[in-house]
Amino acid sequence: MENLYDLPANRLAEKLKSKTLKPSHVVEKIIQRIKELNGRINSFVFIDEPQALKAAKAADGSDLKGDLSGIPIAVKDNICVKGQDTTCSSRILKGFRPPYDATVIKKIRENGLILVGKTNMDEFAFGSSCETSCYGPTKNPWDPDRIPGGSSGGSAAAVASGQIVMAIGSDTGGSIRQPAAMCGVVGMKPTYGLVSRYGLIAFASSLDQIGPITKDVTDAAALLGVIAGHDEMDSTSADIETPDYRKSLVNDVKGLKIGIPKEYFIEGIEPDVLKAVKEAIELLKKMGAQIKEISLPHTEYAVSTYYIIAPAEASSNLARFDGVQYGFRAPHPKDIIDMYTKTRSQGFGEEAKRRILLGTYVLSSGYYEAYYLKALKVRTKIRVDFTRAFKEVDCIVTPTSPTTAFKIGERIDDPLSMYLSDIFTIPANLAGIPAISIPCGFDGKGLPIGLQIIADAFKEENIFTAAYAYEQNTDWHSKRPGI
Amino acid sequence: MAGKCGKLYKKAAKVTKVIDKATVKHVALLSRLALDEREETTYSTQLASILSYINKLNELDTKDTPPTSHVLSNLRNVDRADVLKESLKAEEALANAPEKEGDFFRIPKVIEGK
Repeated sequence: MENLYDLPANRLAEKLKSKTLKPSHVVEKIIQRIKELNGRINSFVFIDEPQALKAAKAADGSDLKGDLSGIPIAVKDNICVKGQDTTCSSRILKGFRPPYDATVIKKIRENGLILVGKTNMDEFAFGSSCETSCYGPTKNPWDPDRIPGGSSGGSAAAVASGQIVMAIGSDTGGSIRQPAAMCGVVGMKPTYGLVSRYGLIAFASSLDQIGPITKDVTDAAALLGVIAGHDEMDSTSADIETPDYRKSLVNDVKGLKIGIPKEYFIEGIEPDVLKAVKEAIELLKKMGAQIKEISLPHTEYAVSTYYIIAPAEASSNLARFDGVQYGFRAPHPKDIIDMYTKTRSQGFGEEAKRRILLGTYVLSSGYYEAYYLKALKVRTKIRVDFTRAFKEVDCIVTPTSPTTAFKIGERIDDPLSMYLSDIFTIPANLAGIPAISIPCGFDGKGLPIGLQIIADAFKEENIFTAAYAYEQNTDWHSKRPGI
Repeated sequence: MAGKCGKLYKKAAKVTKVIDKATVKHVALLSRLALDEREETTYSTQLASILSYINKLNELDTKDTPPTSHVLSNLRNVDRADVLKESLKAEEALANAPEKEGDFFRIPKVIEGK
């Protein structure tokens, strides 16, 4: 018998609509699963059981309107949910309960989904392994000695292990896609501006995007449909009509032009990852897609560019955490400067401090032009690479990450090696374009491998078509960790 | 570790520039962070290694390249009519305050003197 917690939202929704299942039953089962596994996986940092059960009971007796009505959902700990702890997995935001809902949360509520709790993450989304959380690391459900990826590692691990049906993450340099790849689930970063950032605690404002982490592509399209759309509360929100993404879920890639950038198939990729991605490309070709080798010549500069721009914006965004208005305040300060300094020194973890220092350095007098301005110019070159490529192809296929999940502790003392685990995901953030990671196989150790599909700005439909067609012709997405 | 990330990582291992402790101290002051001796050593080494990797950007000629601070092509100022709207009540805005007094956030004294 199949377990309820293993089902994607679209299958559960059918059962809810036909009244074979009640929302409260689903929520109870999910909460039971969280209680059973969270001690081992540590994917949830806060569970709002009473509210979730109350919302589910209310849904039991009402008509389920939206596609995802009655479906339990988890939210990354950096997105404001009114009245629920929202801490960015940082000591400095200990006890913070936002007085308002982020726009995505408002939309999630309006569509009848049931908010169950907050998921673990790298502190302030600074990391690729979920190890920098003040609540301790999340474990990979496929192998608890390994990291789940990051920074949305809690969301990805929760979806993979059936502790939640679907989840919300945020992606600044790969923080949705890389953990999705490492946990064997679907994760999508939409075009910059498609989903409102209002209520997302900012890391790097010109790169951050909120997106879905789900068990399959159909769910990703449905959840993106819920959260996308113009919002007057976000000045960078794109004022465009959002299409019905479900219409692009067609099992047909005949004539779809797929670019394979040679710069993403470099020395250092694990052989099993390379093999799985090449087989995926072969399959897409067999299914009728036109495969074309392309070049994105500035790819090798993306990590450098990112580690100037992202820390620069982060150091500025994190200036607001000073112990005055919310969160942690260090006790017994001598004066106000001492209060700021002690609060920040005791409140921020090691990686947050490293990024604040790096960002402050590249913005400081004498270094601004050499680093920050230089990076903004290289960012243009990276964007132009993509603009050129998308004149020839409809989407681009690459590995999501050069490796599968590494061991907990393996890279934590070597920040640069950690940063380099995002080499294939960072370019899409710098260019502001959408990208998905979908499961495409396992390595020799049984760890999941992710396939990244990138499209031009606001061309999410191309991604969904390619991803859905691939998924319909494979069964990687239906594999579950035996936990 | 070099094998893990291949070519890119090997290039990064060559440290060409050192961030001295004085610079780290200065940046920490600007950031309102107090670092102990051990942190100063760790961060100066790590920042040097990261910056040396970042220096790779100098291989590129960007003389005629305009900067991208934002990817949205049609970004414009968003404003609204200056009309009163409901906002958070003082007690809601103060609910998370570490210290408060009446309708205010309480902080250590800022002004010098008696």
